[in-house]
Amino acid sequence: MSAFLSQIARNRWILPTLVVTGFAVSILSHYQPIFSGYTQIILITIGINIILCVSLNLVNGYMGEFSVGHAGFMSLGAYTSAVFTTKWTPDIPMLFPVAVIFGGVMAAIIGLLLALLSFKTRGDYLAIITLAFLMIVKSSWENISYVGGPAGLLGVDKYTTLPWTFFWVVVTMFVIRNLVYSKFGRAIIAIREDEIAANAMGVRVREAKILAFVVSSFFGGVAGALYSHLNFINPKYFDIVKSTEILVMVYLGGISSLGGSILGAVVFTFLFYQLENMGLGYWRMVILSSLLILLMLFRPRGIMGMRELTWFLPKRELKGRRKL
Amino acid sequence: MLDHVLYLAQQSINALQQGSIYALIALGYTMVYGVLTMINFAHGDLFMLGAFACMLLVSVLTPVLVVFPPLLSFIVILLLVMIIIGVLGASIERVAYRPLRNAPRVSAIITALGCGLLIQSLTLVIFPYSKSMPKLFTNTTFELFEMPHPDAAGASVTLTITALQIVIICVSLILMVALDFLIRKTRYGMAMRAISFDSRTVPLMGIPVDRIISTTFLIGAGLGGAAGMLYGLAYPVIAPSMGILVGWKAFIAAVVGGIGSIRGAVLGGFLLGAVEVLAVVMFDSSYRDLISYSLLLLILIFKPYGLLGQAPNQKV
Amino acid sequence: MSALLEVDNVTKLFGGLCAISNCHVRVESGHTHGIIGPNGAGKTTLFNLITGIYKPTEGDIRFRSESIAGLRPGRIAIKGIGRTFQNIRLLNNQTVLDNVRIAYDSQLHYSALDAMLRLPRFGRDEKQSIGESLELLKTFSLADHAHGLAGELPYGSQRKLEIARALALKPDLLLLDEPAAGMNTGETADLTEFLRWVKGHFKVTLVLIEHHMHLVMNLCDRITVLDFGQTIAEGTPEEIRANPRVIAAYLGGTGDED
Repeated sequence: MSAFLSQIARNRWILPTLVVTGFAVSILSHYQPIFSGYTQIILITIGINIILCVSLNLVNGYMGEFSVGHAGFMSLGAYTSAVFTTKWTPDIPMLFPVAVIFGGVMAAIIGLLLALLSFKTRGDYLAIITLAFLMIVKSSWENISYVGGPAGLLGVDKYTTLPWTFFWVVVTMFVIRNLVYSKFGRAIIAIREDEIAANAMGVRVREAKILAFVVSSFFGGVAGALYSHLNFINPKYFDIVKSTEILVMVYLGGISSLGGSILGAVVFTFLFYQLENMGLGYWRMVILSSLLILLMLFRPRGIMGMRELTWFLPKRELKGRRKL
Repeated sequence: MLDHVLYLAQQSINALQQGSIYALIALGYTMVYGVLTMINFAHGDLFMLGAFACMLLVSVLTPVLVVFPPLLSFIVILLLVMIIIGVLGASIERVAYRPLRNAPRVSAIITALGCGLLIQSLTLVIFPYSKSMPKLFTNTTFELFEMPHPDAAGASVTLTITALQIVIICVSLILMVALDFLIRKTRYGMAMRAISFDSRTVPLMGIPVDRIISTTFLIGAGLGGAAGMLYGLAYPVIAPSMGILVGWKAFIAAVVGGIGSIRGAVLGGFLLGAVEVLAVVMFDSSYRDLISYSLLLLILIFKPYGLLGQAPNQKV
Repeated sequence: MSALLEVDNVTKLFGGLCAISNCHVRVESGHTHGIIGPNGAGKTTLFNLITGIYKPTEGDIRFRSESIAGLRPGRIAIKGIGRTFQNIRLLNNQTVLDNVRIAYDSQLHYSALDAMLRLPRFGRDEKQSIGESLELLKTFSLADHAHGLAGELPYGSQRKLEIARALALKPDLLLLDEPAAGMNTGETADLTEFLRWVKGHFKVTLVLIEHHMHLVMNLCDRITVLDFGQTIAEGTPEEIRANPRVIAAYLGGTGDED
């Protein structure tokens, strides 16, 4: 049995097959009612959460920082892309992907700023700076009437569909996975393990930090853009509680494990909706936070720990693995 | 000219009131960070519980309290709130943080986040709607100074202070002085400072580290609870989300002052109070948070370890 | 003729504490140069200054006649100065191979875009990186452990790995901070031969901080002696052995510390 599982783990065709199948199914669902409207929303939300989780994992997991500001990048992407589609190019659905990219870029610009700040500070102090940044972004949206102020932005078209979500999930996984298994990923991990040693090894620390923050915030913005074209957005949504939810997903699934991030996002989203269905709406956060505490006490590195899903590993890494 | 001075003085009193409360909360964060190098993300929610505990205590104890003069019942409630929240804070440490003392630091921080979220969501379940704080004493306004208004004939400009403001400022000052005495003149304080310098060799000298840490949490949480009660009295509508709104700001203030430094926490708290009042005076009140956070961030950019903080030394 | 490395009248103050003052060292290309001195003399601080972890308060440091004082450590490493640490700083949770590869990465030039899209340049560079890193491990007899975790190696192998890692940078200058720490006489003798071989095989100039006098006297072409952060002598082993200031400050007799 374990030989069979090992065979599956080493098979390089499963992942591409899953991706193609996923595309096919999601496009089909757009034209045929395979999934109910409610199921579609849940699937899309899972997709958005996967993107949030994987992108945050790059900074918090692989680079070992503690950013609590990810909801801020999400809000940047959400608002800027919504302004793009609502106010600048209304009624042109074809431009949706451009809007999403625009949202990501706007978030990435602020991510760059954060990266520059991270040169001088590490650890707890950087965490606090990300917290301050999150609060500033949230307060800014509340004060800018162009985007609706505290009441939020109205009239955003619902462009986010299952095929589009799946597309962006695949892009996110593809880009981040390829970066992680390259010299850039190695540099980021080296910084986490021992920044001084990394410097002595010739690692370009500053470039690595910039890359990590920019890529992470870009996809955070992408997730936000998808979100704003699915649900009504207001500034209160993108607060520390939202950032905490994303953190929970990352640490639940497994830090520095892409498969873990997918798992964490799926499990969390599933629990989130299931608890509401069971009529436990108010108790939802109570249960989830209790679960989080228990998880940290008994399995501090998350469900998958730091182990990676073998389908994501590059072929040459598999050769060296002692056991699977 | 004098009316401007009066206005400034009036705002200063407001700033003192705000700053006192922030300083009390900030002290709780900084004390815990000093001994455990851990950001107790649950502290803001303990602050929030202080207000709710006060409300509950008053509703339960009213028949008993009406007998006593208002000042005495206020002190009794305050002490009870501090003890209850203090014990709660120490219990959280015992149950959720202590087992993780040797785990990766991130786990402890996430657990703290979880505890905070748990407290907030539980409170939300019990009290889904905002509640109003009871009045513990009549809030008389004292006129400190009066002069005729320079522009409007017949009107006057006054400098006032309310009984509540006096109480808040005095209570805060008393607590801060008591804490300072505790830190600098008692053996507990010495042990606490020793732990904050080097937590690994300290047990070798016979200091009961666990007990000191528990006591630190007790005191820190107690101060936070007191702050919550005072805040609730000043802004009588309380809601479970208070922890996030107010607690986090105080946290950043503690960091700006220099996390781990008691003086820094007090400095940061009063600085935040002053900045907030100034922001409302000079701009629209809706910009208050934006300006406060931006200024705090700016200070952190130039002094990443806080105004009175020190960069951790790393041997290479 | 200018030296490979010149520490020119460097002073380093940490607040009020003077760690190094008026220090000068001159390392010729192709030599093995020793840095000795009592504990706390500032030897590791000197290494940290050379490798850019600290910036000199006064004075200059020149590598190949180019000033490197105040440059960031990553840049200095890429310019051709490798180092090991007094307390081994390996990436313990990464594999032995990855430890070397990360140092070798500075020789790879593909862009982030190449990596993201897996363009051909990426594949070529990565193959080269693995190949050359494994070769390096082979010369150090560590190839069998390539996929094991660095933290699981025995102590002696860890020290070798740290040196291998530094050599992956293809440096001209290799700074070794107490490579013989914790070794007995036999192991120290092996290390002496090993370092001689490293110097010849990789064509590097070595600078060693060491307390094992046998190693220093046997291996080094020139020695600089530090005491209380100052250079008190620089010369050949014979000159140093006979120098009364050095004897007074440090050797205190025959100069045998084993």
